[in-house]
Amino acid sequence: MSAGGITAEPPVAAAPPPTAEPGRFSRYLVVALFLGPALVMLSVWMVYPAVYTIVRSFFGQTGFLGTWVGIDNYKTLFTDSTLRTAIKNNAIWVAVVPAFVSAVGLVFAVLTERVRWSVAFKTAVFLPMAISAFATGVTWRILYDQDPNLGAINALGRVAQDAVASPGVLSTASPSTSSLQPHHGGLLLKTPLHPGGVALLGLTGIAPQDMPSSAQQAAKPAGKPRDVQGVVWRDFKPGGGKPGVVEQGEDGIPGVTVELLDSSGKTVQSAQTEADGTFDFSGVPPGTYNAAVGASTFAKPFGGYSWLGPSLITPSLLIAYIWIWAGFSMVVIAAGLSAMPRDVLEAARTDGASEWQVFRRVTVPLLAPVLSVVFITMIINVLKVFDIVYALAPEGSSQSSANVLAFAMYTKAFQGAGNFGVGSAIAVFLFLLVIPVLALNIRRFKRDV
Amino acid sequence: MAAAAETIRLPAKHDSLGSRIVRLLTRGPLNIVLAVIGLLWLVPTVGLFLTSILPVSSLVLVVIVGAMAAYAFAWLDFPGRDWLFIAVIALLVVPLQMALIPMFRLYDTLGLFDTWYGIALFHTAFGLPFAIFLLRNFFVGLPRDILESARIDGASEIRIFLRLILPLGLPAIASLAIFQFLWTWNDLLVALTFGQNTTPITVWISGQLREFGTSIDIIAPASFISLVIPLAVFFAFQRYFVQGLLAGSVK
Repeated sequence: MSAGGITAEPPVAAAPPPTAEPGRFSRYLVVALFLGPALVMLSVWMVYPAVYTIVRSFFGQTGFLGTWVGIDNYKTLFTDSTLRTAIKNNAIWVAVVPAFVSAVGLVFAVLTERVRWSVAFKTAVFLPMAISAFATGVTWRILYDQDPNLGAINALGRVAQDAVASPGVLSTASPSTSSLQPHHGGLLLKTPLHPGGVALLGLTGIAPQDMPSSAQQAAKPAGKPRDVQGVVWRDFKPGGGKPGVVEQGEDGIPGVTVELLDSSGKTVQSAQTEADGTFDFSGVPPGTYNAAVGASTFAKPFGGYSWLGPSLITPSLLIAYIWIWAGFSMVVIAAGLSAMPRDVLEAARTDGASEWQVFRRVTVPLLAPVLSVVFITMIINVLKVFDIVYALAPEGSSQSSANVLAFAMYTKAFQGAGNFGVGSAIAVFLFLLVIPVLALNIRRFKRDV
Repeated sequence: MAAAAETIRLPAKHDSLGSRIVRLLTRGPLNIVLAVIGLLWLVPTVGLFLTSILPVSSLVLVVIVGAMAAYAFAWLDFPGRDWLFIAVIALLVVPLQMALIPMFRLYDTLGLFDTWYGIALFHTAFGLPFAIFLLRNFFVGLPRDILESARIDGASEIRIFLRLILPLGLPAIASLAIFQFLWTWNDLLVALTFGQNTTPITVWISGQLREFGTSIDIIAPASFISLVIPLAVFFAFQRYFVQGLLAGSVK
């Protein structure tokens, strides 16, 4: 131990003093034989590169060392806008992921203790751990697709929205004549109407398959003295047809909301069209009116949220990442739970504590060491997160707004111009961020010794 | 009693050559047919094995090199042992990013760039701290008496390592092997950096993804293959996977 220089701690589970002393030299030869390969590999692949990277981070863009630039690369780290985004995003990751992963894992671990099929549940939740973050990224990319026909999440969103507000009858229609003008999201017939008049609201640009199935041959109302009548129809038939004229072969559009506006533009009545496209405002006082097709008719169906767009990409990534790692935290916490003294929990219950109190006052404090292990592990993982960003964030603006340090390091150093100086600086910065954990690990080892 | 058993077993022991040949012949066809079917069955598997040469070789290396070092840290006495082990623990959290640029240069000079063994060696080195940590903690817990008596019997350290430590340490070694396999198989960053044409499936898929966006028909089959292997490994060795996770959760 003297040569080792360690002062306070005895060696771990100290190897017994060699019983038969076969000579110092041959003993060290054996040690060298066993340790040598590992030490060589660790020196070449980890220690030398780490030293080189630290040195390299003070030099310029290219070359073995490049030119000395001092701390310029580190200045870039905090001034360059993409790198600042990366640091900001890493901060968000560190703030969100470890907490959520620990919480979700804790809840799952506690709840699965009460069900019989907990093994199946745990396997399902744990499974993503075995898959690469990259493959997960591909899967989530499909789930997140903006088109509700492709992306499962937006498909759910569409079902939900359709249940609340159904999309308009026509989302693509445009007027067939210039007398119909856009108006508050709907269409307004410029031609003034009086009681007894007939409004012709011809629309085109509707694909045959988009026509409501109940549509029938359009009919032009004859007109009633005290009513304003009219027809909304698809002013188009194979071969064209004449715009603005109801012809044989052109169908009325049922279910369209038509509004009657008085001269001040106020809605006085509204009506729904029949199967043949006709509508009728009855009992209209004398005056000048306009007819308009309501905006709701043209309401677009749910187009899906742009989960992978620049504004939502980071939350989307966080959700996918938490989904991956919840299994890890669940398994580790469940192991902690099973090692917990049952009698303490029982005692608390006997004393009349509610389940919530037991959880809050007994379970969680007893689990604190395990929770801290999960939390710290997640901080390290999250600082180094790369694969899922690479796989899930589409190239372009989404990728730059989803940037994280590990990803920025790769792009700065190995893509485009290839700036080894800044790349090294980012790597060193990442290393500095994990040093507290490193110190913690060492302290824990020394304590266990 | 013993004599009776002996007389019953005797005919089988002193089987005549003729009857042995007859038996072999009657069983022969079945054996041959089964052997052929088995070999044919293996062909696709071997093809699969070729794609997994990278993770398999890195896991073999990590297990051998890591177990040797772990044995030294656990059961050999030498000056500076604890300090060296602390250094290994320190390396446990060193980010991969610290090595990318220097090794990129070094690989370029040494001709290791874009070779599967270059990538495998990188994974081996970065898997070593965890391997040493995990195995050393397991080896330390092995019963001391067994090792003591083996040493008193005059067994060499190499013999103890091969005949005692490795078999006894199998559960931990299994955990480690699974982890190393999955890490290497699932890796993207290292392969992206050090590979160009020699790329594992993850990199290939990512290229397709960039080229074709979310064309599920192109990406889904490849993703499926990239998923099947780790899932199979996971389900086959789930117990060891969880054990290793618990042991290594300080990482």
